Amino acid sequence: MEMSGEVRIDATVDEVWAALNDAEILKACIPGCQELEKVSDTEMTAKVVLKIGPVKAKFGGEVTLENLNPPNSYSIVGEGKGGIAGFAKGGADVLLEQDGDETVLKYEAKAQVGGKIAQLGSRLIDSTSKKLANQFFDNFRNALTEEPEQVG
Amino acid sequence: MSEGIGASVRRKEDKRFITGKGKYTDDIRQENQAYAAFVRSPHAHAVVKSIDASEAEAMDGVVAVLNGHQLTEDGIGNIIAGWAITSKDGSGMNMGAWSALCTEKVRYVGDTIAIVIADTQEIARNAADAVMVDFDILPAEVNPEAALADGAPQIHDNAPNNQIYDWELGDEAATDAGLASAAHVTEMEIINNRLSPNPMEPRAAIAIFDEAEDHYTLYTTSQNPHVARLLLSAFYQVAPEHKLRVVAPDVGGGFGSKIYVYPEEIACLWASMKTNRSVKWTSTRSEAFLTDAHGRDHVTRAKMGFDANGKIVGFKVDTIANIGAYMSLFSSVTPTYLYATLLSGQYDMPAIHGNVRAVYTNTAPVDAYRGAGRPEATYLVERMMDTAALEMGVDPAELRRKNFIQSFPYQTQVIMNYDSGDFPGCMDKAQAAADVAGFAARKAESASRGKLRGIGYSSFIEACGIAPSAAVGSLGCGVGLWESAEVRVNPVGTIEILTGSHSHGQSHETTFAQLVNDRFGIPIDNVQIVHGDTDKVQFGMGTYGSRSGPVGMNAIVKALDKVEAKVKKIAAHVLEASEDDIVIEAGEVKIAGTDKKMAWHEVGLAAYTAHNLPEGMEPGLKEGAFFDPINFSFPSATLICEVEVDPDTGVTDILKFTTADDFGVIINPMVVEGQVHGGIAQGIGQAMLENVVYDESGQLLTGSYMDYAMPRADDLPSFTIEHNNVPSPSNPLGLKGCGEAGAIGAPPAVINAICNAIGNNNLSMPATPSKVWAALQEVSTQQAAE
Repeated sequence: MEMSGEVRIDATVDEVWAALNDAEILKACIPGCQELEKVSDTEMTAKVVLKIGPVKAKFGGEVTLENLNPPNSYSIVGEGKGGIAGFAKGGADVLLEQDGDETVLKYEAKAQVGGKIAQLGSRLIDSTSKKLANQFFDNFRNALTEEPEQVG
Repeated sequence: MSEGIGASVRRKEDKRFITGKGKYTDDIRQENQAYAAFVRSPHAHAVVKSIDASEAEAMDGVVAVLNGHQLTEDGIGNIIAGWAITSKDGSGMNMGAWSALCTEKVRYVGDTIAIVIADTQEIARNAADAVMVDFDILPAEVNPEAALADGAPQIHDNAPNNQIYDWELGDEAATDAGLASAAHVTEMEIINNRLSPNPMEPRAAIAIFDEAEDHYTLYTTSQNPHVARLLLSAFYQVAPEHKLRVVAPDVGGGFGSKIYVYPEEIACLWASMKTNRSVKWTSTRSEAFLTDAHGRDHVTRAKMGFDANGKIVGFKVDTIANIGAYMSLFSSVTPTYLYATLLSGQYDMPAIHGNVRAVYTNTAPVDAYRGAGRPEATYLVERMMDTAALEMGVDPAELRRKNFIQSFPYQTQVIMNYDSGDFPGCMDKAQAAADVAGFAARKAESASRGKLRGIGYSSFIEACGIAPSAAVGSLGCGVGLWESAEVRVNPVGTIEILTGSHSHGQSHETTFAQLVNDRFGIPIDNVQIVHGDTDKVQFGMGTYGSRSGPVGMNAIVKALDKVEAKVKKIAAHVLEASEDDIVIEAGEVKIAGTDKKMAWHEVGLAAYTAHNLPEGMEPGLKEGAFFDPINFSFPSATLICEVEVDPDTGVTDILKFTTADDFGVIINPMVVEGQVHGGIAQGIGQAMLENVVYDESGQLLTGSYMDYAMPRADDLPSFTIEHNNVPSPSNPLGLKGCGEAGAIGAPPAVINAICNAIGNNNLSMPATPSKVWAALQEVSTQQAAE
């Protein structure tokens, strides 16, 4: 599964960058996220409940931030295990650009699932991923601004 | 009403099946029963670094978590392929090790890593979920051609480039010469799609270890319990044969997928001993999709050459067969001796060469599935024939007729010696029944409604009742392929037939009893068919390859011959007549032409009281026989499919489906018709609906009925079935076998018909509406360009 998009946020690049590195904000914005703890500046552990089609599972996993270029870009890479439901792994390259008073966040994400999720929900993964991404960015903008607005 | 050979007697077994009283493996319960669940790989290819079962073992109700290292330490042997194929360079097969529980590596999604035993099924499954396996993920390969390439992931260390063998059959030089001389050469690349077998009853096992007797019993969903016992005993070292009983009770369909002993049965037996509990496992449908041996999956490039008169002058075939991650029991023979030996089809071909490379990939094992090799050969040959006819501008039926073998026996260029048949006769009957003469008018009528009508042929021959034992042995088979039977006449005259064949939908309880009725005239209700239990039946090779008729039934006939001879001796003695004057009719044993007679049961009683038997005769009335045929049997048919395609949607309707079969002698026409219906339904399923899909990383995408389309009643037309039967000269009953015919013959008839309708020959199975629609767009794009 591959997807990309861009989101316009009414905040400065520095504000967006800080939020992208704030475990509390990320936890509040990631759909189904129950735990997110910072282990170091670039490592986090997470527990996320995910439902794809008929399969609902709790994934435990690690998240690493790579290619850090503050406050302009980073790559976020993660891998989660959902027990008998299978596994999910993936990553996203995130790029921030200032545009007037706003910040344009561009992302390119890749994800792979395996085990029962792939067996039972393969047709639903693309649509589920897009839905989850939209939810995340809606939440993220709300966390930073009062009047969200989406472009693209 | 007659209940003998040729009578459409209603099935004896249906009373229990249609009232829900069948007794399947999952219906069996033991007092100290525990349940098994398997820890399976979610990865297609990975090193197992460690297994942490501590959390699972600590759960209430968990009896044990056992892994592959413990299994290996206990001396349980690796799973084997039962037929050795020799490569053309003289080397043997590069068979990788297959342990029932993985020790170092997993090689496909679903691979078994550990077995969890618990007090309930729910606890077992939850505990399996709690076993933590640390994997080192390796690159995976699911495409057989890519797996052969340099640099592809290496799945088994002893199979360089993942190649198991590179085998050939036929005369390459003669075939090349034939093709060089040809006035026309048809070239094609043909993919035979991968199928999931989907028997209605999933696999199941219950393993019972009796510590006091040091004895094992395995109830399991097997098509051949004696072969299972032999493998479990001699090769997998679970227990010696006399300490192991294998019972296959009612089994809800197999289609080949239940021939094999899988890791789960081995692990359950072993775990039963380790835990001293009866261990029960029933596959979920998800596990069935992942781990039941798949079928087909060939990539083939072929050339067929014709002279100026349309006669075939050479046929050259290069096939890559995807074997999956491990070599299942018949995986080596299915794409070789069950495939390339049928490349001559119904045609007189002076030169044939077939080359087959078998390849490991990170997918479920691939093995025999209804037809096993013969559908692959038939699809190839029959698609080539229609394509050649199209290219040469001749009628596809006429091209077939021009090349039909006309006299028998006929020695093909690829081992088989066809003993009998009437190919033009089948074509005549099929064309008449399908009203081919009226097709043009029907096509015009469809066109007037904006629809595209097409017609497609398939003229196939197959080889059933694989035999004789000495011949298959010389080709690498690890066992003999005969069948056994025992006929027990009770003192009251009722009869038990013990057979090594196994019925899992084939109607043996009815058709085998009809043989007794035909011989002795006693009602089939007085005959009991006993099968599927190694403690009851001495030995048997089981049911696959349409062998229960041509091999199994003939073993019964041989035993009946012996019973008849003894009955006549007893009656002659009691009635004071010559044996030669005794006849058995309608349940009575008579002196021909007189009113002196004994009732059938009186002979039985005489045999067991032994008060008045001929001097020196042993008491009792029980005879056994083994039957080893002198040749395969060769059923054949022409099938004609007529379709209508909606060009707006690509949806194909099958309007007419006609088959004219040569099955030799038929015991029960209704049962044969049922077998043909089921086979055609599966063939149409392959042609239009079914397809197993893995993604690039080896994840199974078609893992449930949401994504794997099975044929349903409304996908199928009413079938017209004609017979043009020529008795087989290779067995006493003259049977040829009918269990696989429809699945073998149907796919090319369907695809040829759709190609004919849409005017595009570039179409692969399954011909889903989106593929048909895309093929139609190709045609309109080409037309626009011209």
